[in-house]
Amino acid sequence: MERIKLTIDGAPVEVDPGSTVLDAARKAGVHVPTLCFHPELRLEGSCRLCVVEIEGMQSLAASCVYPASSGMRVRTNSEVVRKTRKSIVELLLANHPQDCLVCPRHGTCELQEVSHQLGVRKVRFKNDARALAQDQSSVAVVRDPNKCILCGRCIRICEQVQKVSAIGLAGRGSKAVVTTPFGHGLAEGPCVACGQCIKVCPVAALKEADATEQTWRALSDPTLHTVVQVAPAVRAALGEEFGMRPGALVTEKLVTSLRKLGFNQVFDTQFGADLTIVEEGHELLRRLNESKHLPLITSCSPGWVKYAEHFCPEMLEHLSTCKSPQQMLGALVKTYYAEKIGVMPSNIFHVAIMPCTAKKFEASRPEMGRDGVRDVDAVLTTRELAAMLKEAGIDFANLPDSEFDLPLGMSSGAGGIFGVTGGVTEAVLRSVTELKTGKELEEIEFQGVRGFAGVREAVIALNGMTLKVAIVNSLGQAEKLLKKVKQGEAEYHFIEIMGCPSGCIGGGGQPFSKDPEIKHKRAAALYRQDHMKRVRKSHENPAIRELYRTFIGDPNGEKAHALLHTHYHARPRY
Amino acid sequence: MTESKCVGCTGSYTRDEKWDQLDEVMAKHKALEGALIMILHRAQLIFGYLPEDVQRYVAKSLNIPLADVYGVTTFYSSFSLTPRGKHRIAVCMGTACYVRGAGDLLTAFEKALGVKVGQTTTDGLFTLEASRCIGACGLAPVLTVGEDVYGNIMSAERVPDILRKYRAEKQQSEKVGLC
Repeated sequence: MERIKLTIDGAPVEVDPGSTVLDAARKAGVHVPTLCFHPELRLEGSCRLCVVEIEGMQSLAASCVYPASSGMRVRTNSEVVRKTRKSIVELLLANHPQDCLVCPRHGTCELQEVSHQLGVRKVRFKNDARALAQDQSSVAVVRDPNKCILCGRCIRICEQVQKVSAIGLAGRGSKAVVTTPFGHGLAEGPCVACGQCIKVCPVAALKEADATEQTWRALSDPTLHTVVQVAPAVRAALGEEFGMRPGALVTEKLVTSLRKLGFNQVFDTQFGADLTIVEEGHELLRRLNESKHLPLITSCSPGWVKYAEHFCPEMLEHLSTCKSPQQMLGALVKTYYAEKIGVMPSNIFHVAIMPCTAKKFEASRPEMGRDGVRDVDAVLTTRELAAMLKEAGIDFANLPDSEFDLPLGMSSGAGGIFGVTGGVTEAVLRSVTELKTGKELEEIEFQGVRGFAGVREAVIALNGMTLKVAIVNSLGQAEKLLKKVKQGEAEYHFIEIMGCPSGCIGGGGQPFSKDPEIKHKRAAALYRQDHMKRVRKSHENPAIRELYRTFIGDPNGEKAHALLHTHYHARPRY
Repeated sequence: MTESKCVGCTGSYTRDEKWDQLDEVMAKHKALEGALIMILHRAQLIFGYLPEDVQRYVAKSLNIPLADVYGVTTFYSSFSLTPRGKHRIAVCMGTACYVRGAGDLLTAFEKALGVKVGQTTTDGLFTLEASRCIGACGLAPVLTVGEDVYGNIMSAERVPDILRKYRAEKQQSEKVGLC
């Protein structure tokens, strides 16, 4: 097909057929402000901020949805365009609370940004911000409808990418709101707590449920022994919050910063990941032997687990019974470690730093603890940790390095790649092939399972048999693949499902980023970490071996089942 | 005729019969693409309004998110999420009706019924609503009670007469045991 030739502000530009005027403007290097537009979501064209003047047209056109055509002459910054955009922002601000200085999105708010960019210096309309109740029913995600500008990005990601539709638009005109059905709150419906809505919200209408206050309190309580664990994806993203380049691997500074905050012990969720691999690897081999409950589906993504409970309860027996790395480490901190140091589990306050909001929900499950004591007492997102470090005045970028505490801070490279889609599969393959064949792998990098496509498949030769695996990221992709599996159109032995697009590095608790290459940069950091590790297979982690020898006994054994495995239950979709 | 009238009459069927009727509606229409709004209309005729469990049931039967159903039922003013009276009084507040005194009419109804706009009388007989233009500007000010249209109601004094007619109907039907 022929390329489309048009002019943007007098400059000629060529775009592919199917491009919008906004695409053409960007190609011409012109910045057109947007709010409802999001590159990963279906076009909506509802906010009208991206309007442009097209010669020969009577009214302005929303460039994000207007198809580019040959011969078009577009003006993106004429007086009428600038005035219209300003009016739109003024109208939004007239309905918006005026509390920017104390807002959690201060500095990352897109409404603030466009207002500043467009030079809005006064609002001609009386402020008529609403005073609706916040939805605080969920332990993971909080909705503040007063801040909402109705761009619909949260609704679209929940519906189109995650296939959950926990929220929708209700009412009409000036009474329209983004809400849960009947206003019952996120905790009542099928929300899986993935937090992708937070990630795409341009303002502070969606945010994580706060755990910083509780953590500060624990840190200043002299009667508590404070323990922290950090997930792999956090070290690949936290630097962004402190002006470091995206993709910087900040593990050692992160450990130092946590000690500076006052934590007594700094452990690594990657140890939990190594343990998960050993348990799940043995579980896979057992199921392969017994030809039972195949495919085995991973259970380390709590958003996916909750999705399965709501949307495909008939698949629950396929889920690995292994707890997630967070909860395996949590169980060990409150048993193995507590015994070791002679402290009552109830006097240990255990914080997990996660790229994820669903981890807050997972930690709150009643089965994740014993004798009324939770295994993980508080879960902070990467963003929340950054906020605490800033509040404490810690100059993160210039901190000296330090190492995790032992033994629960020792990990293999395999445990680290858990943070990116395909990582769990690769880690499982590194262990399972050696366990099954008894021979050392020649090539431990399984390039075939890497990448970011929504669904990836691989076939691996395993001691005479072929192991068929599938790797999925995002719940919409999971729905599609599972449908095929249920209808018998696809057959696998092992499926890795991560609830968030690109896996944990793209989790709902990660720093806000506008870098289109961000997933590649964060993933590269984790693969780099793997490459630098001396031990790159979970079952070769000496601390894991020591743990089995002195405490757990056999993988999948009695003690392992009591501490490291869990169960699931169906939850209503409606 | 009697049958179709009774469908719109809340309280005339037991709960189970209503659900059976809804099942019939679902069975007939659920395979049709885009049947949601029609199904909701029928459901509202059966139940008199759209209770939460009905919306949940419709969503489940159609295998669509509840948020989608709730979005539709809260968007269109013809759907009601709260029980409505047997007779729906809608006073047109379009421009023509408004300048010819519809506002006063509405106030007169509020006084006579002892409810505010949007509310239902305690006896369940009337729901008072203000409607957008119904396109009968030649009859301004105009109001509807159910399917009945009243035009050129130039004096609020006619309000009690209008109400009396429906109250009398109720007594009549109670005596005969209809509905």
